[in-house]
Amino acid sequence: MLIWENIKIACKALFSNKLRALLTMLGIIIGIGSVIAIMTVSESLTTSISESFQEMGANNVTVGLSAKSDEEEIRADGMRFGASGRNVSVTEEDRITDRMISKLKKTFKNQIAAVAVSESAGTASVSGDGDSVNINVSGVNQDYFESDQVTLLAGRLIKKADLSGKKHVIVVSDQLVQSLFDGDNDAALWQKINVNINGNYQDFYIVGVYEYESAGTVSDSDDVTTNAYIPLATEKEIMRSDDGYTQFTIVTDTSVSSVSAFANQVEAFFAPYYASNDNYEIATSTMESMTESMSEMVHTVSLAISLIAGISLLVGGIGVMNIMLVSITERTREIGTRKALGATNGSIRLQFIIESMVLCLVGGCLGIVLGLILGSVAASVLGYSATAPVAAIFIAVLFSMVVGVFFGYYPANKAARMDPIEALRYE
Amino acid sequence: MAQEQVQEHVISLNGIVKRFYIGKPNELEILHGINLEVERGEFVSIVGESGSGKSTLMNIIGALDRPTEGEYRLQGKNIGEAKDRELSSIRNQEIGFVFQTYNLIPRTTALENVELPMLYGKMKKTERRERARELLELVGMKERMLHKPEELSGGQKQRTAIARAMANDPSIILADEPTGALDSETSRRIMDIFHRLHREQGKTIVLITHSTELAQETDRVVKISDGRILAE
Repeated sequence: MLIWENIKIACKALFSNKLRALLTMLGIIIGIGSVIAIMTVSESLTTSISESFQEMGANNVTVGLSAKSDEEEIRADGMRFGASGRNVSVTEEDRITDRMISKLKKTFKNQIAAVAVSESAGTASVSGDGDSVNINVSGVNQDYFESDQVTLLAGRLIKKADLSGKKHVIVVSDQLVQSLFDGDNDAALWQKINVNINGNYQDFYIVGVYEYESAGTVSDSDDVTTNAYIPLATEKEIMRSDDGYTQFTIVTDTSVSSVSAFANQVEAFFAPYYASNDNYEIATSTMESMTESMSEMVHTVSLAISLIAGISLLVGGIGVMNIMLVSITERTREIGTRKALGATNGSIRLQFIIESMVLCLVGGCLGIVLGLILGSVAASVLGYSATAPVAAIFIAVLFSMVVGVFFGYYPANKAARMDPIEALRYE
Repeated sequence: MAQEQVQEHVISLNGIVKRFYIGKPNELEILHGINLEVERGEFVSIVGESGSGKSTLMNIIGALDRPTEGEYRLQGKNIGEAKDRELSSIRNQEIGFVFQTYNLIPRTTALENVELPMLYGKMKKTERRERARELLELVGMKERMLHKPEELSGGQKQRTAIARAMANDPSIILADEPTGALDSETSRRIMDIFHRLHREQGKTIVLITHSTELAQETDRVVKISDGRILAE
């Protein structure tokens, strides 16, 4: 009952001095507003990141070699350290073999839709008509395009026969065709191009053209280094690289409900193969786990920025305390009168703490509105759809109340302990 | 009720001494042993020049301050031994203050001002609103009860203050120079209200004033000078 009356009294006091109340609240408004704005941007960012990650392949499990990070292993001579101590290069024995993959396929034949393998040959240059274009060359297997879906504009993708025959065929982007063949995709098919991979000149026949999709960054399209795909076996031959692979991607069947649970099964499948390997083991990652670690990172960063922004809340709180002290001095006679009428010290204290809380809470709510507006504008400028940070809003409301109590307590206590006689005599 | 029959006096002051700055070089004794008794239903005035100690005496009677020495019993309760919280409750229930400067709460209507002591007395909302209306009607403020103090004249403010003093039906009304800031005509009306409350409601009223003229209207005049009661 007294609390409700006190809230009414507090609102009256605030409304009777609107400008002062607004100026006092400004610190709280800015503090809460900036925290909410940052949180809105980060929330929008994580939502869009996870959405686009899901688009990129929610069903994919990436399987790869990972250096064992066991404790330092010091031999009797004290010279050799464990894998965590230094990088141990991948040897042929460490690699994932075709046999392992075919065994994996057999074991999980209901769960695996395709196994995509690719190995990068690095950057290469293609010359023709006096022009030179840079491309990233990757050796891929026939299933590769199940995990990295491209839109084919002309011709075909890499086929199984290309691999077994170690054929010199290549799938290039329309950007490359634009540069070398004036954009005529069909005319480019079966054209021979000379590709310089690290000083190793090789002829390739273009068998397919895919549509290049910009990854978001806008730059002069002529300068873009696009991907080109050749058969994996051909790539291995050119690069004289070892048999086996360091990583591959499993495209899971749509019937698999939990991709991350399946990833664990895959890890368990490989564990026996690498049990005796000192340096490497098999690790998997899914879009799910990548999304998680990505949003965790964004959250950590935004939390850190928010904390800094939160310092302005402290300044705002001090402003509230200051104005409460002024208000109490101004209302000394009122306090004296209330005491003469039977107000206990406790009810005077409650009155002023509630007044300070109302001040901060109104400021906090205005700050939330301001923050949401600013955050949404910032998010849309960055090109993300805005998402309201619900948890942060609740915390902001709670926190502004806490600020109100904390910075209101000292002034309220001062009011409560006033001597009624002195207070009544105050001019 | 039994206790009230035994306790004839509403106010009973016995050897009241009040000192300030105790233990310091500027220690000051304002009241030098006051003996005073006020009976139920009496209209008493305490008269004295400024500096005579009448304000200090009023603060003690009003339970705003405790005596340094001596015993003060209000309705049989020993005020000197009461804790702060008990003093608040005594001021709320037993004493109705009327100040020279009205001391209404600003930004708050006359009605809400009258409700305030009942709010602190934890009375229910509907009950206190009804009683506040009745009291404002009694002092002739029916038409202006929703006005704020800033919109009221001096006389109207003081009438509101009297209604507020009556809110919890206190044992005594303690009026400190209630007409001090009013012109003679308005003063007359205010004094008439006090007389009426005394006559019709049987209120015990203690009027503190420096005007012997006003004091003559009351049942009994207590003169105070240099912290001592001179004559009755």
